[in-house]
Amino acid sequence: MYILGISAYYHDSAAVLICDEKIIAAVQEERFTRKKADASFPVNSIKYCLLEAGITLDQIDHIAFYDKPFIKFERLLETYLAEAPKGFGSFLLSIPVWLKDKLFLKETMGRELKKLFEELNPDADSKTCKAFKTKVTHSIMFGEHHQSHAASAFYPSPFSEAAILTIDGVGEWTTTSLAYGKNNTIEFLQEIHFPHSLGLLYSAFTYYTGFKVNSGEYKVMGLAPYGNPKYVSVIKEHLIDIKDDGSFKLDMSYFNYTTGLTMTNQKFHNLFGGSPRKAESSLTQKEMDLAASVQVITEEIMIKMAKHAKQVTGSDNLCLAGGVALNCVANGKLLQENIFKNIWIQPAAGDAGGALGGAMSVYYQELAHPRTICPNELDKMEGSYLGPKYSSEAIKTYLDSVNAVYDYYDDEKELIKTVARNMAEEKVIGWHYDRMEFGPRSLGHRSIIGDARSTKMQSTMNLKIKYRESFRPFAPSVLREKVHEWFELETDSPYMLLVAPVKKEKCFAMTEEQETLFGINKLNVPRSEIPAVTHIDYSARIQTVHESTNLRYYRLLQEFEKRTGCPVIVNTSFNVRGEPIVCTPEDSYRCFMRTEIDVLVIDDYVLYKYNQPAFADSGSWETEFELD
Amino acid sequence: MSFLQELWAFMKARKKFWLAPIIFIMLLLGVLIVLAEGSVVAPFVYTLF
Repeated sequence: MYILGISAYYHDSAAVLICDEKIIAAVQEERFTRKKADASFPVNSIKYCLLEAGITLDQIDHIAFYDKPFIKFERLLETYLAEAPKGFGSFLLSIPVWLKDKLFLKETMGRELKKLFEELNPDADSKTCKAFKTKVTHSIMFGEHHQSHAASAFYPSPFSEAAILTIDGVGEWTTTSLAYGKNNTIEFLQEIHFPHSLGLLYSAFTYYTGFKVNSGEYKVMGLAPYGNPKYVSVIKEHLIDIKDDGSFKLDMSYFNYTTGLTMTNQKFHNLFGGSPRKAESSLTQKEMDLAASVQVITEEIMIKMAKHAKQVTGSDNLCLAGGVALNCVANGKLLQENIFKNIWIQPAAGDAGGALGGAMSVYYQELAHPRTICPNELDKMEGSYLGPKYSSEAIKTYLDSVNAVYDYYDDEKELIKTVARNMAEEKVIGWHYDRMEFGPRSLGHRSIIGDARSTKMQSTMNLKIKYRESFRPFAPSVLREKVHEWFELETDSPYMLLVAPVKKEKCFAMTEEQETLFGINKLNVPRSEIPAVTHIDYSARIQTVHESTNLRYYRLLQEFEKRTGCPVIVNTSFNVRGEPIVCTPEDSYRCFMRTEIDVLVIDDYVLYKYNQPAFADSGSWETEFELD
Repeated sequence: MSFLQELWAFMKARKKFWLAPIIFIMLLLGVLIVLAEGSVVAPFVYTLF
């Protein structure tokens, strides 16, 4: 049975195809359209899913959409009515969008799918197309937003039963939920409703500190270690009331997101002594302290919620999803608390993952199919390598078309030796291999990699390759078997969703003079044997590399260790600031040529920057991609 | 037609019949707004809309 899951029309649209219990393909639309967090109907993603499965559109049995538009509209109306006449401006902006498209989502989706059917079947007559539309429209099912998140967290996990926490900005009404999953069912136990939302509180601080809402949250998380959490008491006193079970209530008089077009209002600005920071202006200690404070609040709430979830469900296992579950610092703290024996976090924890949850909900919950657990499997995500891959012929054809100069390796060992040698020489490598990752993290299939021991790697990558803010840290990939030798972590972290300290014996103490350095300048002080991936607080966002899910990358790390004695490398997403992660060989080559990446590896092809011909490129990343 | 049936089913399930007149008036207004504006720009704030 084929089920297509769709997430679209808000942000981060995606399509996922499952066949019974197996995930065939999962991909975000932004990777094809090259528009970050693209919200449009994921037509390219659906086409790719069909291609991967080798089926036609009319062979799909069910279509699942990841939330319920009517209930969302109900929330919208009730909120506007409750706040009227405030919010009239926002009302005028949002209602036309709803009345034009979102309220008639079933019809809209049916129309889009019919268009796709016509494109894929140019010979089909109008009667066939009409019949297809009727059939497909009837097959669309709508799952609740947090049901989709919970399903994406529990069903692919390696657990037969688990407590499930979903935490995000907002779905229909729910912003946070606690559920219990057992075999093929998920039962919701408790919920927190809009406008009280941990995700939106974090977004409010993202907005106030001058970053973009819904994309800059991870920058706030990265900024937090530079600051002191000196605003925690102010936040608790004025903005949020946190109870022992982790439930909370916001004082909405400080926020503007229910009725306005900003997250915070004047009362909030007065509380923190001024207007929000202007985007791209220089960061001060105040922003760092605010980031540290909201991070502490987030961690406190998540830990309290987890303790409560343990108490209510009695389970040893915890599954997490929702945008807040991408806060890997909080996840790391949660792990350290040892509340649950095992924690599993959906790698596509944001709304893209809702497409997967929607499809799986239909299969397990609606259609009541039994759920099997494979004890030897890490989980059902297959390393999250669920996106497109390109044949050797396709890669060669593209490279030849731009007269690229490359070496082809038919011996993997030789290729790996070459790449490891270049990395050890502090070269920056663009690494494109096999199927693309699903979710926001690059996990060694569309990555920029380098030597973690290099003292210049962090600033080189930030300023010459990624063109992003210099305060942002990089993450390490480490051989799973060696993780405990380098980090205070004993468990799997295949999706880079856990932060843990670098082992004390690998760290260097800072001198008194270095301790006095301000904020970002501290980052340039080598603080460990692997300075490129050691954050200011001696922590790292770890990806453990497993032989079972990513053999070539695993072998590369082994070879690098053999050469240098270090099984840790830098791994950052293969893109520049504001650009979606690369997908095709063309995207990879373009990014390689526009930046100061030294070597590009696309499957078995190795390219060196110094011997490439001039790149005929009409655009540049500065003009093509809006800054995130 | 199926939209109206689904809307009715939704209001019945959620016991929100009081929404019916509001939605009706808004649909009428919506037609005017959509016709008048031509193109619709989504607001930038999060997913609230």
